[in-house]
Amino acid sequence: MASITLKNVVKRYGSGKTAVPVIHGVNAEIKDGEFIVIVGPSGCGKSTLLRMIAGLEEVSGGDICIGDRVVNNLEPAQRDIAMVFQNYALYPHMTNFENMAYGLKIAKVPVEEIKQRVDKAAKILELGHLLDRKPRQLSGGQRQRVAMGRAIVRQPKVFLFDEPLSNLDAKLRAQTRIEIQKLHHELGITSLFVTHDQVEAMTLAQRMIVMNGGVMDQFGTPEEVYNTPATTFVASFIGSPPMNLLKNAPGGKPGQILGIRPEHIDIVASGGWAMEVITVELLGAERLVYGTVGGEMVTVRIEEAHAFPKAGDTIRIQPREERRLHWFNAETGKRI
Amino acid sequence: MVDRRPWITVLSHLVLIVGVLIVAFPLYLAFVASTHTADAIVQSPMPLLPGAHLWENYQAALFGSGKLGSNTNVMHMMWVSFVTAMVITVGKIAISLLSAFAIVYFRFPFKMLCFWAIFLTLMLPVEVRILPTYKVVAELGMLNSYAGLTLPLIASATATFLFRQFFLTVPDELVEAARIDGAGPMRFFKDVLVPLSKTSVAALFVIQFIYGWNQYLWPLLMTTSEDMYPVVIGIKRMLAGGEAAVDWNIVMATAIVAMLPPAAVVMLMQKWFVKGLVDTEK
Repeated sequence: MASITLKNVVKRYGSGKTAVPVIHGVNAEIKDGEFIVIVGPSGCGKSTLLRMIAGLEEVSGGDICIGDRVVNNLEPAQRDIAMVFQNYALYPHMTNFENMAYGLKIAKVPVEEIKQRVDKAAKILELGHLLDRKPRQLSGGQRQRVAMGRAIVRQPKVFLFDEPLSNLDAKLRAQTRIEIQKLHHELGITSLFVTHDQVEAMTLAQRMIVMNGGVMDQFGTPEEVYNTPATTFVASFIGSPPMNLLKNAPGGKPGQILGIRPEHIDIVASGGWAMEVITVELLGAERLVYGTVGGEMVTVRIEEAHAFPKAGDTIRIQPREERRLHWFNAETGKRI
Repeated sequence: MVDRRPWITVLSHLVLIVGVLIVAFPLYLAFVASTHTADAIVQSPMPLLPGAHLWENYQAALFGSGKLGSNTNVMHMMWVSFVTAMVITVGKIAISLLSAFAIVYFRFPFKMLCFWAIFLTLMLPVEVRILPTYKVVAELGMLNSYAGLTLPLIASATATFLFRQFFLTVPDELVEAARIDGAGPMRFFKDVLVPLSKTSVAALFVIQFIYGWNQYLWPLLMTTSEDMYPVVIGIKRMLAGGEAAVDWNIVMATAIVAMLPPAAVVMLMQKWFVKGLVDTEK
């Protein structure tokens, strides 16, 4: 079985008194066959976490289990995993076929079976005609597919993706995202996908781990993370434009932060809060109104159909529904 | 060149042609001299066009004329030179690849000490090292042997650093991908690092072969028997005929013959040579 269990995983660089902790105790249970995205800003520890699961970094504390085996002390090759890197990491002097076959060759898989597996992976990824070329003759997207092919042929228990789309241009990124989803659908292998892009996270994840400063802030489905963010960080990280966070919201208690998403605010004729408009951005299908409420910056998103105010106007805005209000403790940042 | 002044092109070509002529002229003279009789050469002015004795001279040079100077046939000396050069080259490349691999990819106790020790050897000139080396080689009974001719010259700091610099450009992810594929260090070395180093190896091969072929001081010091002389020493010995006249035509022929193997190596490896110095493969 290919579930993954993280028990209080800690990572420190250095030792003794001068050790720098970068991951402060992550706990998570990932079920067999799930597609999990680890998302967070640069430096939050997501790649470090992935590399610890891969075996490329040592675990300073806690346990990592793949299936029912504790894998802390196992070499990457013994963990039955496969990894796709941001920079593809293909062997430049080998043909694409040899690139995909290398791991199997080392594992002494018989030649016929190697050919079978590589051909099958090439078919899924539409690489059949490129097998005899070298990586440098391929485009970025094709190289990434070869890298994925290399991962597939190993038939591992877990796929690990380390920001694989970051080196691709926007169009290719969207295409490859869909291919990864298709792949997961077909093969159903437990996958861990690291990214800093919240759009990738929201579209690919069955559940996602939102990391901030080495701490796992929330572990939930995209809906849960969007509708009930656990901390102010998660609230402002997921969703674009980011959620409005007001320290002195009208109707709020001191020490509390109110969160309300721009898309859940309506402009009303009367009642609600007074907002002074600073600028309006016209994005075609929608408009973004930037202004201040009680001195704090607020963004409101309105549909194309509605009339929009001008800079300098004072308008009245109101949250659409009670359940769209999120209250957070100002000190800890956690949801109340 | 996007220059609009054609006379600059003419000028640069002229300068280059003159340069080539200056460098090539002595070689040409040597070749010409190797095709005349000894008497024809010592007359002045020296003939500038090839003569008719090419075959005789080269035969005499290669298989021993028995006339003057060294009687050793040049073929054997060429063989000694060839073996020496090849052993030095192959040995040097093998050892430097491995030591660069150790320095770049492993953590071990006293690593920095080893690194600096290798680096320090670069700072010692040959003249400082040569006497202690002679003593060691003599006490190990390796005088007058292929082992003695080659072993002291095999370890090289420059080659180690060349490979070290190259290995540092290999992306870490390649190492990690190999680790995940299950390749141990030596497997990674053999399957990934060495193939990627091919152009550096070729460049080094050419340089080291010529270096090994042209070794003069060391063989001079440690060989006393004629059948262990490399060809460069053989040529010199031909000139030490004392009062007897020197067979300049044979000497020149021998010199030309001695130049052929390194020239062949350079030409064969030329494609790789330039690539290795300039190329950065992704």
